[in-house]
Amino acid sequence: MILKNETIVIFGATSAVAQELARIHAKAGDSILLIARNDSHLKSVADDLLARGSPQVESITCDLDDIQNHTDLLNDINEMFSDISKYYFFYGVLPDQEACQNSFDMTNNAITTNFLSVISLLTLIANKIEKETNRGIIAVSSVAGDRGRQSNYIYGTAKGALTIFLQGLRNRLYKANCTVTTIKPGFIDTPMTRDFKKGALWATPEKVARDTYIAAQKGKDEIYSPGFWMLIMFIIKNIPEIIFKRLSL
Amino acid sequence: MAKYRSWAYIPESNQDAVTPAWQDFEFNIEAKSLLPHGNARSYSDSCLNSEGTLIDNRLLNRFIEFDASTGILKCESGVLFSEILELIVPENWFLPVTPGTKYVTVGGAIANDVHGKNHHQDGTFGRHIRSFELKRSDGKVLLCSKDNNSKYFSATIGGLGLTGFINWAEIQLIKIPSPFIKVETTAFYGLEEFYKLSELANENHQYSVAWLDCNSTGNQLARGLFMAGDHAKSEKVAQAATLKPKLSIPFNFPKKALNRYTIKAFNTLYFNKNRLGSGKTTYQHYDSFFYPLDGIGDWNRIYGNQGFYQYQFVVPSSEKATMEKILRKIVESGLGSFLAVLKEFGDLSSPGMLSFPRPGICLALDFANRGDVTLKLINELDQLVVEAGGSAYPAKDVRMSSQAFQAYYPNLDKFKKFIDPRFSSDFWRRVSES
Repeated sequence: MILKNETIVIFGATSAVAQELARIHAKAGDSILLIARNDSHLKSVADDLLARGSPQVESITCDLDDIQNHTDLLNDINEMFSDISKYYFFYGVLPDQEACQNSFDMTNNAITTNFLSVISLLTLIANKIEKETNRGIIAVSSVAGDRGRQSNYIYGTAKGALTIFLQGLRNRLYKANCTVTTIKPGFIDTPMTRDFKKGALWATPEKVARDTYIAAQKGKDEIYSPGFWMLIMFIIKNIPEIIFKRLSL
Repeated sequence: MAKYRSWAYIPESNQDAVTPAWQDFEFNIEAKSLLPHGNARSYSDSCLNSEGTLIDNRLLNRFIEFDASTGILKCESGVLFSEILELIVPENWFLPVTPGTKYVTVGGAIANDVHGKNHHQDGTFGRHIRSFELKRSDGKVLLCSKDNNSKYFSATIGGLGLTGFINWAEIQLIKIPSPFIKVETTAFYGLEEFYKLSELANENHQYSVAWLDCNSTGNQLARGLFMAGDHAKSEKVAQAATLKPKLSIPFNFPKKALNRYTIKAFNTLYFNKNRLGSGKTTYQHYDSFFYPLDGIGDWNRIYGNQGFYQYQFVVPSSEKATMEKILRKIVESGLGSFLAVLKEFGDLSSPGMLSFPRPGICLALDFANRGDVTLKLINELDQLVVEAGGSAYPAKDVRMSSQAFQAYYPNLDKFKKFIDPRFSSDFWRRVSES
């Protein structure tokens, strides 16, 4: 398969998995637009990608929670690159479940970052690429969105809603020959999860990035990463609620 | 949580760690003391800090700039040599100095001032560092080079991670005509023959090293294979040559199968197989020439859970009698060394205050952990090396006494002034006892 060099955009470009994914694209000779909050971190990532072979790397520093700003942001993006073939969404926060239970404000923040902000961007992008055709949207959801559990259902709610939104969008954009790929990682060993005890189920950011890249290239609909989560979630989804509600998961 | 151990699996101790993802991380870490930690390829407790916290540098693995016209590479300290090679070899550049594994970080390579098969020509890794940024626990960030904060520069090269955390470093690479190495292999019998080969090779070849059979006795004492290498000029010739079957040895040892008989058998087999190719020129890919053990994966596990000891020392070239004595001692002990490597260092000095290499003959050995017997032997070797005015390598040592360390490193007092007050290591606490 001969791949044409392409231009991609990454929202949440300083996340551990996003950095690894961007390196794969850099090595393939693709141009990359990075979007994240921290200016100096963005510069570190951009320099790295240029050294690794990307012909052009641009960055935009902004807070994606600032939904009012999204229209301007998309205009800026369109001015920078006219032929963007893939839009990656890697940002998110893992909120403290207990704190969210005691504060709607915190829940609201988590849902805004993990869901509403993504939906806002996708609304604008979907309308654009529907006309352009042959584009790809790749968004990172989570296994946590497959079923609500007491230990992290605020995060799970946002990711579950995102998964459903992406299903609908995929259905809509099919006619425009655009693909929408949902990535459902399990546990990833990243700075976001540094306080967790790690076991055999934990994957490296490199592994999830590789899976994501391949799924994006193939225009897959939905993947679990690593793949064994498909089996785990199949079982978890199929436990009858009358039993599930008694479990401490 | 990831496990932090040295490459030799000794000692076993619990380690806390933080893993900063960005250079602007803060030192607001609650711990008795701190120590930078790279990819744990050192065999020593110099990479461990059981009383405090490790600062794992592996997420700081970004390139900052690579100029393919000048061969200057700037990268964060957690970048592995393997990652650098992947980037630079296609552009016909190579590491100026590399140790026997490519799975070391740039920070670790500086902290141990690593050396390689070209020491006689190019000195240590520290000689090729243009500059680096040192982050101190008081929040100061020092740009260090020969001209700038030069004492911190010298203290940090070979400084075992004790002078602060290296954010990034700038390295001058060397230009190569191809990724292949032209290798001449010669069998030798006895140290005299080795010295002759080494003297000749060091004048004419960029790389030289010898594999030594530490288990042969009598008139076969110190037999081995001498390898001299240079970057091959023509990629085409080299590529064609490497397609031919090579002399190699299967390395898939069953675990815990190492004893004096199997080690002896292995060494004899390896020697005799390669002896046949003696005097011939072959071409090897840089991977198999520089990093034969990396191809075996977790080769350190062949010693099983009890781990093993490494011992690497250098004695002045005039101390041939000491070298002979040490070899006899090892052979007589029957504690065998699975892999022994002999190399003559050159006289290019390193900027590093605590740098290990100095002019002379260097021998690297490993010993299965048989408890007190092994320790006693190595302590006796230490005594001989001290008497001969030599030195042993901290990166490979978990048992060096403070007396031995202080004898080996006369710059110690000068070095101490540049230690970060919050930094320490298991190794350091042991060897700095008075």
